[in-house]
Formats: sequence, C-alpha cells, structure tokens
Amino acid sequence: MDWINNFVGGLTAGQQFALFSLLKVVIVIFGAVLPIVAYAVLVERKVSAFIQDRVGPNRSAPFFVKYLPVVGPFLVRLGIFQPLADGLKFILKEDFTPSHVRKVYFWIAPAIAMVPAMLALAVIPFGSTLGNQKMVIADLNVGILYTFGIVSLGVYGLVLAGYASNSKFSFLGGIRSSAQMISYEIAMGMSVIPLFMLVGDLNLSKVIEYQAGTTLGFIPNWLVFKQPIAFVIFLVAAFAETNRLPFDLPEAETELVGGYHTEYSSMKFALFFLGEYTAMVAASAMMVVLFFGGWTLPFAGLDHPAATFIMGFAHIGIFVAKMLALMVVFIWVRWMLPRFRYDQLMDLGWRRFVPLALANIVLTAVVLWAQNAK
Amino acid sequence: MEDALFYIFAALTLLFAFLCVANPFSRNPVTSAMFLVLTMISLAGLFVLLQAFFLAAVQILVYAGAVMVLFLFVIMLLDVKEEERRRFNPFGIAIGGVSVIGLGFILFSTIRESKVGAGLKLTAVKGSDTAALGKALFTEYLLPFEVISVLLLVAMVGVILLSKKDLK
Repeated sequence: MDWINNFVGGLTAGQQFALFSLLKVVIVIFGAVLPIVAYAVLVERKVSAFIQDRVGPNRSAPFFVKYLPVVGPFLVRLGIFQPLADGLKFILKEDFTPSHVRKVYFWIAPAIAMVPAMLALAVIPFGSTLGNQKMVIADLNVGILYTFGIVSLGVYGLVLAGYASNSKFSFLGGIRSSAQMISYEIAMGMSVIPLFMLVGDLNLSKVIEYQAGTTLGFIPNWLVFKQPIAFVIFLVAAFAETNRLPFDLPEAETELVGGYHTEYSSMKFALFFLGEYTAMVAASAMMVVLFFGGWTLPFAGLDHPAATFIMGFAHIGIFVAKMLALMVVFIWVRWMLPRFRYDQLMDLGWRRFVPLALANIVLTAVVLWAQNAK
Repeated sequence: MEDALFYIFAALTLLFAFLCVANPFSRNPVTSAMFLVLTMISLAGLFVLLQAFFLAAVQILVYAGAVMVLFLFVIMLLDVKEEERRRFNPFGIAIGGVSVIGLGFILFSTIRESKVGAGLKLTAVKGSDTAALGKALFTEYLLPFEVISVLLLVAMVGVILLSKKDLK
C-alpha cells in the first residue's frame, strides 16, 4: 500500500483529481453499470417467467460447470451464465445494414441512444466517502439540471434511428418517441421542483444530506414520505422516459413490429437494448437519490459521511441495494400492466400529471410560507 | 487549459453553425437540424467556461433537448425530398444579408462599447449560482422577466388559435 500512497502523494492536486475521476468513471461504468445491465436482462427474463408461470433461462452452461459439484447445476438453473451467452450471440450475429437506410444516421443512432444514459450517471452520489474521495464522479452545483439536460438528449438516438431506417414502422416509432419523451420530461421536471423548494439546493449531495435522520423516531426523513405526489409522477414519467412498458409505444411490437429498431440487428440492436437498461439504472439511481435518501439509512449511524473504509463500502452497498430494488419494480410493472394506447398516454401526461405537478408546487410553496410565517 | 478549451469550443460552435446553414455535403434539413443541436451543445461548453453552469444546463435542456427535438419532429413530418431539391432563392439571400448586417452592427457596437479586457470582472457568487440568478430575476429584472412570460403566453395562445381549424 505504501507505494500507492507515495505515488498519489507525489501528484499535484489537479493530477490527483484527474486520476481519481478517471478511476471512478472506469469502475462505475465497467465494474458496476455494465454488469448490472447484463444481469438486469437475466432478472427480467426470470421475473417474467415467474409471473407467467414458466421456468425461464436454465440451460446455458459453459464447459467448466461440470467440474463444480453442487453449485454448478444450481447456477445453471438460475441462468447465471445466460448473459454471457447472450453477449456472445450479439457479437457473433451478422451485422446487417439494409440497402434502403441512411447510412450515417443508421450507424450513429445506437451510440446516441447509449451515451446519454451513461453520462447521466456522472452526477449521482453513489456513496459517501472512501478515504478522502467523495463517491460521486462530478459534484455539480446544478446536478439535477445536468441530469435532465443529458436525459433529454437520449431521445435523439430513437428519433434518428426511426429516421435513418427509412421504413414506416421505424419512422412511426421515432415520431412517437419524440412526442412521448418531451411530454413526460415536462411532468418529470416539474415533479421534482417541490423537492428542491424543501431542500433549497440543486446539488444532489445536499439533497441526500437533507434526508438524513428520522421524524418521530422511526420514519426516515426520506422525501418519498414528504412528497408522495412528486414521487408518483416521477416514477410514472420515468417509465415513459425509459420506454418501458406500460409506455413502450415507440417499439410497440403488436403495432410497429419493433418500432424504431425494426431494421437493426446484432450489436447495433444490442446497443439500443443496453441503452434502455442503462437508462433504467440511471432512473432508479436518480429516484434513490431524490426520494429514498441515497446512501443513507436512518439507523446505526449510517446517515453520516463514512469515516472508515468499511463504512464507505457499506454506504455504496446500501445505495446499490436500494437501486436494485427499484429496478425490480421496473421489471415487475412491465410484466403486470398492459400497454397504454397512444392517446391515453398523452392524456395522462398533459391533462393529469402536468396540472397535478403544478398543484403540488403551489401546495408546497403555501406550506413552506405558512411554516416560515410562524 | 481554459484558453485552449475556449478556442476549441468557439471553433466548434462556428464550424457547426456554418455546417448548419451551408453544408456543402448535404442539403438534408435533418442534417442541418442535427448540426444546430451540436452548435447548442458547443455553446453550452462556452457557458461552462464562463462558470455559468445553470445557463449551460438550461441551454442543453431547453434548446438541445426540447426545442430541437420538436424541430426534428416537424421536419420529419414535412416533405423533406422537396426541400433537398430546392436551390437558393434571391429573396431569402436578401433577407439573410440584411439580418447578418444588422446583427453584425449590434455585435460590433457592443464590443466597441464594452472596452474589451477593461471592465470585465467575473465575480464568483457565494453558494449556488442558481439562487443568485433567481434572486436577480425576481428583484432587479422582474419587469422584463414578466414581460417575456406574457410574450410567451401570447405566442402559445396564438399557436393554439392557428392550429385549431374549427373553433367551437
């Protein structure tokens, strides 16, 4: 360990900052997000199988499994190796580019779908501290606005894919996604305003600080209990923003074949798929930070920044556990609810959620004013 | 470092803006729209260099994320092929020239008035700059702020009036 300390100590502050930021980016993306995304697909298939009274993936087994006595068959039955097989399949499949597509957009659209979802993770505080490093890649003062800005760019991937494919189904999917995402962005953006009126800061670390401790000794100070309306609007809007059922109109299989990704195959298709799941990770992480107290738990002193490495890792564990629980909710809802019709979707967004969010802002303002007037 | 970034972002902004209005490789309106998006994002980069994080975030959120998506939406619904075939028309060039001269005059006189390098002091705002911006908007600049809000409302009502074919 000494040489690490010597090496880091010898760097200037700027170099240290660059080094640790790079480390955090690499570890978060490759060590956490991509594995979580891969195994979210497995969980999706297992949960859907459970809900539909099937077994789900239980066959794929690499060669070394037969040398593991009891654990091996058990892991195979859980489908632990399925994501590996899926990934290999995506890479080895023929990458087919139809002749009628607009090539440039056809190639960059999958990348545009994937990148914003990952960038949105940059401002999420996924733990308190490890050593003297804050566990957030970029501690921005306008954290939430940054997230919304980046998430709003995600729609380009879908729209361009629909446009580039030059086919009617893809085109309809792209058009639907643009209208849907803009509509729900408004409701989503307005739903979180009351939160920041309470907290008084746009920095996500401050939002978590505000949620430490308990009321009445047992209810955590989480904003989900103070702003239930905001949470419901945010949750539903998150489903629409990530194109998950019941709002997956851009790719509605029954009407549009595959929607915006009808013409895509192989790794390009996989990128859309990964983009959707990464967006789901980002949305869940966002909800944990905004409504469920981030890395805090209201007992055992877990709601203060960690002093030791063990506590630091415990905080990261708490955050990931909360995030995974919310992702299971995403998956569970997908297999329980039927798809909305397009006009119902717009009606819900504009005529129910936008007025409700506005009313919530006014209500919060009145309550805050009454409290301050006392 | 910051100087280099400024030159990079400024060059990118100009390049993308040029490719947006006069792209030698493609006369596809969607391509123009996408270059306008890139222009907006580079502009946001310039705002970040000025420490205006709020403006940078809003620039991306509103212009790149919402306004341009609607532009794309409309362009895709129009007959794009006809646009691609159309050549420059003299009336458009005349109007464009007049706007360029007018805007250039404003820019030039502003730069001359401002005495570059003399009065320019970036004062760091204590705490969050969002709060400072909000305070400024609702105290010092309340009237212009409200006037702009009314202007937007008028535009909105106008659009609804125009798009509703038969008013009940």
